[in-house]
Amino acid sequence: MKTDSTISRNITLPLSDDILETLHAGDELLLTGAMYVGRDAAHKRMIETLQAGEPLPVDLKGQVIYFMGPTPARPGKAIGSAGPTSSYRMDAYSPRLMTEGLKGMIGKGMRSKEVKEAMKKHKAVYLGAIGGAGALFAGCIRKVEVVAYDDLGPEALRRIEVRDFPVTVVNDIYGGDIYEEGRARFRVVAQNNVAV
Amino acid sequence: MREIDANSVADTISGLFQDGCYRLSDDVMNALRRAEEWEESPPARRVLAKLLENAETAARGEIPLCQDTGMAVVFLELGQDVHIVGGDLYGAVQEGTRRAYAQGYLRKSVVDRPFSARINTKDNTPAVIHTAIVPGEKLKITALSKGFGSENMSRIAMMPPAKGRAGVIDFVVQCVDEAGANPCPPVIVGVGIGGTAEKCMLLAKQALLRRVGDPHPDAESAELETEILKRVNDLGIGAMGYGGRITALAVHVEVFPTHIASLPVAVNLQCHSVRHREAIL
Repeated sequence: MKTDSTISRNITLPLSDDILETLHAGDELLLTGAMYVGRDAAHKRMIETLQAGEPLPVDLKGQVIYFMGPTPARPGKAIGSAGPTSSYRMDAYSPRLMTEGLKGMIGKGMRSKEVKEAMKKHKAVYLGAIGGAGALFAGCIRKVEVVAYDDLGPEALRRIEVRDFPVTVVNDIYGGDIYEEGRARFRVVAQNNVAV
Repeated sequence: MREIDANSVADTISGLFQDGCYRLSDDVMNALRRAEEWEESPPARRVLAKLLENAETAARGEIPLCQDTGMAVVFLELGQDVHIVGGDLYGAVQEGTRRAYAQGYLRKSVVDRPFSARINTKDNTPAVIHTAIVPGEKLKITALSKGFGSENMSRIAMMPPAKGRAGVIDFVVQCVDEAGANPCPPVIVGVGIGGTAEKCMLLAKQALLRRVGDPHPDAESAELETEILKRVNDLGIGAMGYGGRITALAVHVEVFPTHIASLPVAVNLQCHSVRHREAIL
C-alpha cells in the first residue's frame, strides 16, 4: 500500500528569513498572501530599468515572483488559466532581482547553476508549481491587478492575492534540489544501458 | 465535385481548438489514471492526482487546462474532388483560429518579428498549416494547440546510418533526459525517423496525433516504441521532475524512407496537456 503521508505546510507571504530557513527541497507548501506575477518580457523590462539606474516599478524586498502569463479571465472571474511557465528563461534575470531583495520564485523546470548559487548567497528559494494545472491554480487566485507594463498583455507585471496556493520546494537556501534528488532515487541503470 | 463553405471550415476549426483546450481526451485521462496507479513515488503520485483533478475543473468551468493554449497547428487532408466556396481555405483556417482564441478566452501567445521586436499578433494567428491532397471529396481537419514548454525541447539529429537502431534509441532517451522537468512530464514522445530534415520533424509532430497508447501498426516500429518507453521511464525523472517511474505516458514513432547517406531522427515532445481534435467535413 502506497501512502501519501506528506502534509502541506501553510505559509503566509511575504517570506521572512525565519521561514526561509525552515524550508527544505521536497517540502509541500500552501501559500497565502500577495505575490507578483511576471515572465520573460516583464523581466527583461525590469532589468533594463535597473541598468538605466532607475527604480523598479515595485519594491521586490522579501517578495515572491510567479513566472506565469494567464489566459484572459471570463466575465466575473478574477483570472483565467494560471499555471507556471518554464523558469529557465528567467535565469538570465533572476540573480539581479535577488540583489533587489527577491526571496522566492515560483515556476516549473530546471534552473541554471548561476541561479542556484545566487539563491544560496541571497537566501532565496525556488518553488515548483504543477505545470499544466492552470485551471486549478485559477481557483487559488482571489484578486489580480496589473501593476506595470500593461502594454505587454499576458506578459504584464501583475500583483495577485492567493489562498492555499500549492507549491513544492525545488531549491532551498542550503543547495537542496528536488529534481536532482528525485531523479537519483528512481533512476534505473540496466546492464546494457550505459546511462547517457 | 463537392462544395464546402469556407465559413463552415472556420467554425469547425474554432470549435476544435476550444474543445481541445478545455477537455483532456479519454485516451490521455486513462493514461494518467494508469500512471497514477503504477507510480511508486509519492510526490509524483500527488502530481498525477492533481492533473486529473485539473482536467475535471477545466472541463466543468471551460477554463483552459493550461494557460499556454499554444500556437495553432492545423493539418488538412483535402480531398481532390472538393471545391472550397465563399472564401479561400487558408483564410478560413486563420479565421477559425482567430475566432477560437477570441471567443474561447484562450491566450494569444504568438509574436511577429521573433528575432527583434516580438510584437504580439493579438489574435494568435498565424496558424501553422500542413496540407495533404488526398483522393475523395472530404476535408479532414486536425487542430493541435501546441504548448511551447514541450515544443522548446524538440531536437533533430542527422545521424550516420552506422548509428543504427541503438543510435536512434540513445538519441531519443538523451533528449528526454536533457529536457528533464522542463516539458512538464509525464510527456508523450513523438519520434520521426527518416525522410529529409524537415520531413523528419513533421513525422515527429504527426506521431503526437495518434491516440495515446495505441501502438504503431507495424510490429518492428511498435517494438521500438516499447523499448524506448522503458528506457525513458528508467530515467527516473517522474511527473513534474520530482522523481518517479513514469516520465512518459507513451512513445509514438513515425517512419519514412530516407537517403542512403543518412539516418534522420527527430524528437517532438508533448506535455500531458495533449490538445488535438479532428473533424471530417
